[in-house]
Amino acid sequence: MSSAGLTQATLIKDLRLEWRSKDAINSMLFFALLVVVIFSFAFDPTAEESRQIAGGLVWVAFLFAAVVALNQTWARELRNQVLDAYRVSPAPPNSLFLAKALGNFIFVTVLEALMTPLFIVFYNLRALGPAWQLPIVAVLGTWALVVNGTFFAAMSLRTRRREIMLPLLLFPVSIPALLAMVEATTSILTGEYSAKFWIVLLVAYDLLFTMASLLLFGFVLHAE
Amino acid sequence: MTEPLNPQTSAIIAVADLVKQFGRFYALRGVSAEFTAGRLYAILGDNGAGKTTLLRSLAGLSPPTRGTISVFGKTDLRAVCGEIGYMAHPSLLYDEMSGMENLRYFARLYGIMDDQRCADVIRAVKLDPELTRPVGQYSQGMRQRMSLARALLNDPKILLLDEPFSNVDLRSAREMVALLAGMRGSGKTIFVVTHQATLLDGVADEFVWMEAGQIVNRTRELRTMEAR
Repeated sequence: MSSAGLTQATLIKDLRLEWRSKDAINSMLFFALLVVVIFSFAFDPTAEESRQIAGGLVWVAFLFAAVVALNQTWARELRNQVLDAYRVSPAPPNSLFLAKALGNFIFVTVLEALMTPLFIVFYNLRALGPAWQLPIVAVLGTWALVVNGTFFAAMSLRTRRREIMLPLLLFPVSIPALLAMVEATTSILTGEYSAKFWIVLLVAYDLLFTMASLLLFGFVLHAE
Repeated sequence: MTEPLNPQTSAIIAVADLVKQFGRFYALRGVSAEFTAGRLYAILGDNGAGKTTLLRSLAGLSPPTRGTISVFGKTDLRAVCGEIGYMAHPSLLYDEMSGMENLRYFARLYGIMDDQRCADVIRAVKLDPELTRPVGQYSQGMRQRMSLARALLNDPKILLLDEPFSNVDLRSAREMVALLAGMRGSGKTIFVVTHQATLLDGVADEFVWMEAGQIVNRTRELRTMEAR
């Protein structure tokens, strides 16, 4: 079976497991909803202020919520030590990594699709810049979060406090991507400057970290 | 009294001075042994003797701290992993999926696209491939059998089984032993780590006794070791 076929088989398996358990999506939704509501009460901004801060609020909320999904994605491989079944097979490590990253991408995208209307309502948002760039920023930003998150979640898999270890590893590495996401989103919402530079930065970040993760994941998977 | 066995010359697995260290703890302390094809080896010993670590090392899951493992003449175990079937003490199955769904997924990892193969191995362990219940709702014994079915999926030449009879009723355990004996008869090399050695009395070709991370004896009959 080809690597693409294996990635597809693993992704379908993960989606099926999530559909039946709803572990990741429920926790993410609940968490993100709390963040939206609490932030809206805490800040109570005007429409103009909202445009200035919404980029940061949105992406920080999604980053925190994504960590919940990222922890879940490998936790289910630890139950009954199922990951060992993959490790003893001749299947390539990268198929597993890509399937996990794509699965997380789908979960976080679903979360974003459900939460974005709430953000718009709570913060009275309207884009003054080119709104068509927002989906591009969302896709690139989400991939930046999940590709690193999937990799570092796998790395922290065998540590004693992996729920704490993941943010400690992920957040510092995500700072350039987070900065680009926030700046790009703010520029589109306010229309004050171009988001082009930040989008290019996100593309470069995504390419770099996807390649690095694919190169190194084999070592992570087969490490004890 | 049975004579201790000599190392075999036509070994398919050769372990030389194998040391496995976890922090300051030595799980294996210089194990050297050779194992020939088409035999059923029972690996016995007290808890902490190193049985599971030896099995995991042979499966390629636990890289040696020192020493070498050669399987079919290759020291890179990734190159021969398609010839090895591994059943661990945990089930290595997804609780939320049915037995058939589990096996269908694991079959893909070995490039097996044929669902018939999955159904055949499920039947071989005396379970029903049509069972739609998730594995999480299986009894412990059923889970053990399904776990064995998963290890058999790729028709491996070497089968590594860690406690396959634990939590299985006596009748089912005897059926599993008969199945293993049949597979040994068809040329497979089988390693069984177990605390229920009597089940393999008269079936296993060799009993390998481990103690404190070392192989301390290898005999053809169980009672020889029990007399120690």
